[in-house]
Amino acid sequence: MAASSTTAGTTATTAPTNGRTPNRGLRWLRRNIVTLAGLGTLGYLILPNLVVMVFSFNKPNGRFNYQWQRFSTDAWTDPCGVADLCGSLGLSLQIAVWATVGATVLGTMIAFALARYRFRARAGVNTLIFLPMAMPEVVMAASLATLFLNMGIQFGFWTILIAHIMFCLSFVVTAVKARVMSMDPRLEQAAQDLYASPTQTFLRVTLPIAAPGIAAGALLSFALSFDDFIITNFNAGSTVTFPMFVWGSAQRGTPVQINVIGTAMFLVAVLCVVVGQLAGKRRKRS
Amino acid sequence: MTTTETPAPAEEQTTAPLEVRKTPARKRLVPYWLLLPGILWLIVFFAAPLVYQASTSIQTGSLEEGFKVTWHFATYWDALGEYWPQFVRSVGYAAIATALCLLLGYPLAYLIAFKAGRWRNVVMILVIAPFFTSFLIRTLAWKTILADGGPVVAALNSLHLLDVTSALGITEGHRVLATPLAVVCGLTYNFLPFMVLPLYTSLERIDPRLHEAAGDLYARPATTFRRVTFPLSMPGVVAGTLLTFIPAAGDYINAELLGSTDQKMIGNVIQSQFLRVLDYPTAAALSFILMAAILAMVTIYIRKSGTEDLV
Amino acid sequence: MTKTATPQSSGGDVRLQGISKTYGSFTAVHPLDLTVPAGSFFALLGASGCGKTTTLRMIAGLEEPTTGTVELAGQDVTVLPPYKRQVNTVFQNYALFPHLDIYENVAFGLRRRGIKSVKKQVEEMLDLVQLGPMARRKPQQLSGGQQQRVAVARALINHPQVLLLDEPLGALDLKLRRQMQLELKRIQTEVGITFVHVTHDQEEAMTMADTVAVMNGGRVEQLGAPADLYENPATTFVANFLGTSNLIEAEVVEAGGDELLLKAADAKLRLPAARCSASARTGEKVLAGVRPEKVALRHADDAGSITEGHNRLPGRIKDASFIGVSTQYVVDVPGLGELAVYEQNIERDGRLVPGAEIVLHWSPAHTFGLDATQDIQAGADLDEEAA
Repeated sequence: MAASSTTAGTTATTAPTNGRTPNRGLRWLRRNIVTLAGLGTLGYLILPNLVVMVFSFNKPNGRFNYQWQRFSTDAWTDPCGVADLCGSLGLSLQIAVWATVGATVLGTMIAFALARYRFRARAGVNTLIFLPMAMPEVVMAASLATLFLNMGIQFGFWTILIAHIMFCLSFVVTAVKARVMSMDPRLEQAAQDLYASPTQTFLRVTLPIAAPGIAAGALLSFALSFDDFIITNFNAGSTVTFPMFVWGSAQRGTPVQINVIGTAMFLVAVLCVVVGQLAGKRRKRS
Repeated sequence: MTTTETPAPAEEQTTAPLEVRKTPARKRLVPYWLLLPGILWLIVFFAAPLVYQASTSIQTGSLEEGFKVTWHFATYWDALGEYWPQFVRSVGYAAIATALCLLLGYPLAYLIAFKAGRWRNVVMILVIAPFFTSFLIRTLAWKTILADGGPVVAALNSLHLLDVTSALGITEGHRVLATPLAVVCGLTYNFLPFMVLPLYTSLERIDPRLHEAAGDLYARPATTFRRVTFPLSMPGVVAGTLLTFIPAAGDYINAELLGSTDQKMIGNVIQSQFLRVLDYPTAAALSFILMAAILAMVTIYIRKSGTEDLV
Repeated sequence: MTKTATPQSSGGDVRLQGISKTYGSFTAVHPLDLTVPAGSFFALLGASGCGKTTTLRMIAGLEEPTTGTVELAGQDVTVLPPYKRQVNTVFQNYALFPHLDIYENVAFGLRRRGIKSVKKQVEEMLDLVQLGPMARRKPQQLSGGQQQRVAVARALINHPQVLLLDEPLGALDLKLRRQMQLELKRIQTEVGITFVHVTHDQEEAMTMADTVAVMNGGRVEQLGAPADLYENPATTFVANFLGTSNLIEAEVVEAGGDELLLKAADAKLRLPAARCSASARTGEKVLAGVRPEKVALRHADDAGSITEGHNRLPGRIKDASFIGVSTQYVVDVPGLGELAVYEQNIERDGRLVPGAEIVLHWSPAHTFGLDATQDIQAGADLDEEAA
């Protein structure tokens, strides 16, 4: 019986096969097997982050930061101490911001057209939006790079930006479209009925209500662009973004500062979410 | 509001009351103007490159003399003949990683949806927050975790598990790094959140009272799961497996960082053909085959699972 | 273009001329002429899909008519966009802006028209609908009845010439709906604005409106005061949709005088010629109708005491349900089918139980005649379904 509960246990709690379970411990295990399995997965997801965090305090011998030597805060006190690291970080942030702006504007427009209007070629547009999400990155990366090569376009900041806007676009469309579709069209009609011109209706009603969807799309774009490696790898030329820097360092030697930056971003993200949650709760209470 | 006098006199319209009005062209064109820039972007930088690549794959030539379209389809046969092991490996690794993601991700999604209670937000943050550390850094961390002298390998060795896995051919000797196990483990780790989030979304929509109703109608917990919960979570399962399988099949980072030359996947080949060997026709042919294979598999899968409205 | 419409004007005529709406090959509203006099409470009544909401939306400017014109207070507004019309709407499910609080929802229209100091007006309006303390709440934090009042306040504060109400009470429970019906009627009498009310609930339409237009399949079937529609339905649809009617297929035996003599199964029925909307020459078929509450039951043993000259039909009680103020009987009349009878519970005859042989009778003056070529069931089960 114990065996049966562990095999099926990854998916659901199993029922006792013959009424009573003899052992209390076993019964507890059976009841909580899903929770335990879920927590196990959670551990698997978080373990690497813990390792990254711990090793940001390492002082490695040699060029690679894979083995624990001794505790040190050197890297934390000098995060930009490695050549090109902070430069690449700045470039990544810059590209992510512009890619987010571009993809959010273009994607929101498409989402509104899809959610609010009937027009021909609708199915075609939907397919064109879906395909980039169903395409292995390496295929998009290689084909776009082929185009740039053949057109004789210099690889660099602009080619990266173009590529990032391209693959972020679909995600923005999906996020915004879902939000606009769930919005009651009568709200816009009510605004028009209450003397708001089309422009005013858009600015005062449509946009504020669609805002959470647009924000979600923008956040996703930022994360995708900032963390993208494969497409950037093909379309960057000699320009080095932060993921490209990490990739290069895996070959040449991994400075501890990489872990510092990785940990810092993790902590900033958690902090932002926690602060946001608390603020939301307080607003609700008042 | 002051009175706005309509220019059209009322008499004229009453004499011809059945004249049919048409929506003005300016209004009808609005959706097209909204679509234009974004769609143009996708056509120029996504669709056109795919066509361009198709033509590149049938070109011959060299870097010095330039490439010309010569309808040289043999590139495809040569590429397949030479790199079929990498293709098979890519699909195999991706399939195993996807299955593992489903197996590991389902309990976690279930936990967040039904069992976490007031901890739900905390668990959600813990699932999403790792995203903010560059995935390359996190993948490198697996090098430390699975290192030859590390605690994981030591534990597996003391249980003689590595002997078993080596016999099965998924590890080599007494190490995990630079073996298929390490690559699959890395792939699973990297794409796990893409499985958990859609699963959670579809599980969360299930009314918990359905569980009670199933129990009330004599279904055991296991039966409830099999007959009610799992079928209702199918959209999440389909979305999750697609979001995991597609990027995993084209990935080359895990194979590069955690594997050896024996674990190279098709992504590695495309990358090196394109960026190092500069054999563009072969790279193009390979990515075209990969694209076609994945699109075919995805189409069949969506049809079979009966969730076409997903797209 | 007659008078200048100042915001304080007490409303204006709404005139629809030859107005119609088609979507592709589907005609939602057939060409329609309708005049709603200034200051009246007008109801468009019909089942879902009958074109009543489309008509309302054409008046609001949310839908452009395919043909025809819309006039407000003598001014042609057919092609005027909604935000330039002196018309406001209370939407179905209210369409309150979820991102704005109650105060801002109510102030929305004033602000869009560039009015700077809205405070006094908004507060007065919120007091009128008794929501003063709720000003800073968000719509989601209000109950259905409160949301409904916000929607009315948000529209009325603009002093429109016409207030359009699209199923405004549909989302409320029965008790609240009754209360709001009276409330709306009171507000309308107070402000004197023309109200055009769309509803599928015949009771609601009859309680509130001065004039009711019954719509069916994109056409107005009949228009008139509620009592007039009820007593003199012109079609089987109106007869069945407004309340319940017993419709009996009969043949004209004798025509020409003030009364028509009809033959239904074996019985003879009399019908005032003035109340027959169909042509009724001898030998033609008509439908004789009578409302259930106009019919009385008498046990077969006492049939002799029935007033002379009443229409009579013999039958057997099939079912009786006691509902407090009255008892509703289903009576099986041989050759004619089932008829409904509502009896006030004043003196209950203990013998009137299912199975009892009885005689139905009613004054011929309560009989109305309809064209027999229509579907006898038209509109019969519609209002229950739509609710």
